[in-house]
Amino acid sequence: MTQTTAHHHAPPQGFLRTHVFSLDHKVIGKQYLDLALVAVCTGMVLSWLMRFHLAWPETPIPGLGRVSPTGAAGGVITPEYYLALMTMHGTIMVFFVLTTAPFAGFGNYFLPIQVGAEDMAFPRINMTSFWVTLVAFLVLVAAFFVGDGPPLSGWTAYAPLSAVGKDAGPGQGVGQTLWAVSITLFCVAQLLGALNFITTTLDLRTKGMSLARMPYSTWAWFITSVIGLIAFAVLMPACILLILDRVAGTSFFIPSGLVISDRLQPHSGGSPLLWQHLFWFFGHPEVYIAILPGFGIVSHILPVFARKPLLGPRVLIASLVAIAFLSYTVWGHHMFLSGMNPFSATLFSVPTLIITIPATIVTLLWIGTIYGARLRFTTPALFCLGFVSVFVSGGISGFFLAQPSIDTYLHGTYFVVGHFHFVMGVAAMFGIFAGTYFWAPKMFGRLMSETLGKWHFWLTFIGVYCVFMPMHYLGLAGNVRRYSAFTDDYLKPMIPLHRFITIAALFTGAAQLIFLFNLVWTRLRGPKAPDNPWEATTLEWSTTSPPPFDNFGGRPPVVHHGPDEYGGNSAAGDYVMQASSESGRVA
Amino acid sequence: MGKLFAVVVVLITLVSAAIFASHIWWLPVDISAHGHAIDRQLTETMATSGALFVLSQLALAVFAWRYGDRKDGRKVTAFPGGVTPMVVLAVVLVGAEILALTFVGSKVWAGIYQAPPDPNSLQIDVQAEQFAFYFRYPGADGRFGSVHPERIDEASGNFFGLDPANDTTARDDIVVPTLGIPVNRPVLLTLRAKDVNHAFYVPELRIQQDFVPGLVIPLHFTATDTGKHEIVCTQLCGLGHYNMRAYVEVMSQPQFDQWLKERAAEQ
Repeated sequence: MTQTTAHHHAPPQGFLRTHVFSLDHKVIGKQYLDLALVAVCTGMVLSWLMRFHLAWPETPIPGLGRVSPTGAAGGVITPEYYLALMTMHGTIMVFFVLTTAPFAGFGNYFLPIQVGAEDMAFPRINMTSFWVTLVAFLVLVAAFFVGDGPPLSGWTAYAPLSAVGKDAGPGQGVGQTLWAVSITLFCVAQLLGALNFITTTLDLRTKGMSLARMPYSTWAWFITSVIGLIAFAVLMPACILLILDRVAGTSFFIPSGLVISDRLQPHSGGSPLLWQHLFWFFGHPEVYIAILPGFGIVSHILPVFARKPLLGPRVLIASLVAIAFLSYTVWGHHMFLSGMNPFSATLFSVPTLIITIPATIVTLLWIGTIYGARLRFTTPALFCLGFVSVFVSGGISGFFLAQPSIDTYLHGTYFVVGHFHFVMGVAAMFGIFAGTYFWAPKMFGRLMSETLGKWHFWLTFIGVYCVFMPMHYLGLAGNVRRYSAFTDDYLKPMIPLHRFITIAALFTGAAQLIFLFNLVWTRLRGPKAPDNPWEATTLEWSTTSPPPFDNFGGRPPVVHHGPDEYGGNSAAGDYVMQASSESGRVA
Repeated sequence: MGKLFAVVVVLITLVSAAIFASHIWWLPVDISAHGHAIDRQLTETMATSGALFVLSQLALAVFAWRYGDRKDGRKVTAFPGGVTPMVVLAVVLVGAEILALTFVGSKVWAGIYQAPPDPNSLQIDVQAEQFAFYFRYPGADGRFGSVHPERIDEASGNFFGLDPANDTTARDDIVVPTLGIPVNRPVLLTLRAKDVNHAFYVPELRIQQDFVPGLVIPLHFTATDTGKHEIVCTQLCGLGHYNMRAYVEVMSQPQFDQWLKERAAEQ
């Protein structure tokens, strides 16, 4: 264990250095969260457009024709524009929301404070990481406005569709190149971020902050960093090779003998499956990059409102490590039907099923923590409980898709869409919401409205089930995903269910305006927050709301207790702060 | 608030499970020799994981109902037995389910994708392209002509890039946009992609397989009932992806022979 004295830098002077090009991890954390907020609003609007089009394909969407005269002439979305909306929705949500907010956003703000450090290990690299992420986002959004249209190869960008260029049709020109450049930049930013998180966790823990006393959220960010370091290090070269195939005439992912737009392509020797292997070697760990911070946030917050310690903390950490390790052994389950050797399907299926064991254990730990609790049903607590519910729902459907024999039928259907939206989309979002309501008092020094928060929770919780559970029914009926319209005879009977989903999605989306209003209003005019409004124990609650520039006012805390000592009697109440010198464990 | 949460979770769980159980939206009729094994595997997975789903949600609901803070000074209590029995139970129960599913499921998978095709299979070559499928039968000589991508020409209908001028085996090849097959006879498809990735999916046949440019991928099955069903693409292939479809027409052997004869005459 080392002390925080290793790192010092002076408070910044001037607006730019304080609020824009800041080296302060707290400012950078909020910048990431604000970027994710812009990204999630963008991604959600794209999903509304898609859902509206699926339900009423001929009905014009007012104003859309002006936004995209070619993609939606007269307000009616063309098939290629639908695929572009889908591609951008997936890319924005996975990279710029689900990776950015729970990991880079909350992690940046709270990891240093939770370990008792005054900043990240490498503040300049930290700032660089954010600005590269922002540039990556702008490059991606720019793809919407290029002449030959936004990319439409999906967030997975399968080659050779994504690699051969303009001949493959609309969206395969500059837009697709910008997509690959954007993701390459994003990888660079994530690698820098991961290095920073790992170093900070290992080297900057304050006195007494042993690994066993580290908050679960910090553990989750740390493990996520390790996953990210390996995963993004694979995606980045893959994207560079893709760019080379597109602009430099190489053939990494393009085989010989392709005839596209009546033209024999001048490529040979590449492998489309190579792209899939590289992409999913990143892509499956990415699922855990999105969800593990949520695991950490829920494990961190649930004991606060259960007023008792988490059940089995060491089992939790062991399970997270097991999930991280196994996440690198399962990528082929996305490729059962890809044409790879069918024998390998069984090899990828077994670890995929095995990963459900640590995931089940973690879920049971949360449920076991609630047992015998004195639950305070605050908004963050409700989102934690909701997280458990939707994670169970999404995780269970993984049992189906992990089996190659069943995947034979369900692959490429809405069953998959329902599954991954529940397990990595909605669950991760619930983690983000729980974290926002929980930490807003610390970040902004102001309390969010609990009344609005609870309305937001109930409408969202019921809404997401109405949106994503029916997708499983559609998948069972063989409804294929990534279709801009259901012209097939056997798909037409599904349209009423699609309309139900669309209406539910629009309502659930509208409910997010409550959150948006609550967040903006809180930051501007919310009531002042005390230092420890939730009676929580970890180090972020030992400092002021918001914390000073160096987090602890020049007095690095000394840690004497574990992260969740609730349920007993102490001078403070039924909890003991980590930095309290009061002896003994109370629970 | 805890009681409200419990009620909502129970309602969501029961309604979701009831819709699954009612089969309002369910798999279409199975017309393949192997499909019953997939359906059985899916049904068994539905039963076991459905039970896990309901039990987990109910436990969450019951605890949320029961353990709200009523400001009555009650002490919190630890989970009975601690974490070890729970972990052991999870490992044993989920582990047993994994073993069972893998043991049975891998046999089902192997039977479809790893078993060699029947030597008497009817062999059909399939070419997928943006945004259509074409099917090629070997004709009277029983042999397929070689394919030459540089000879592919949509305008003249040379979808496979055949060279009938120099390749005698190609002259009687029959190329059609519909997959006609005889009932109860093994069929072996060889899947080729002309341009980008595509996929072959027939829900009623319980079969799905990607086309990958540069690879020739075998796929075999036996249809057990006559009828006409849609073949759809499930691998994103461009703007017309949603509309990329063909039909598989399963016929009696005499009907198939007649159908193929008529198609040959049209070439």
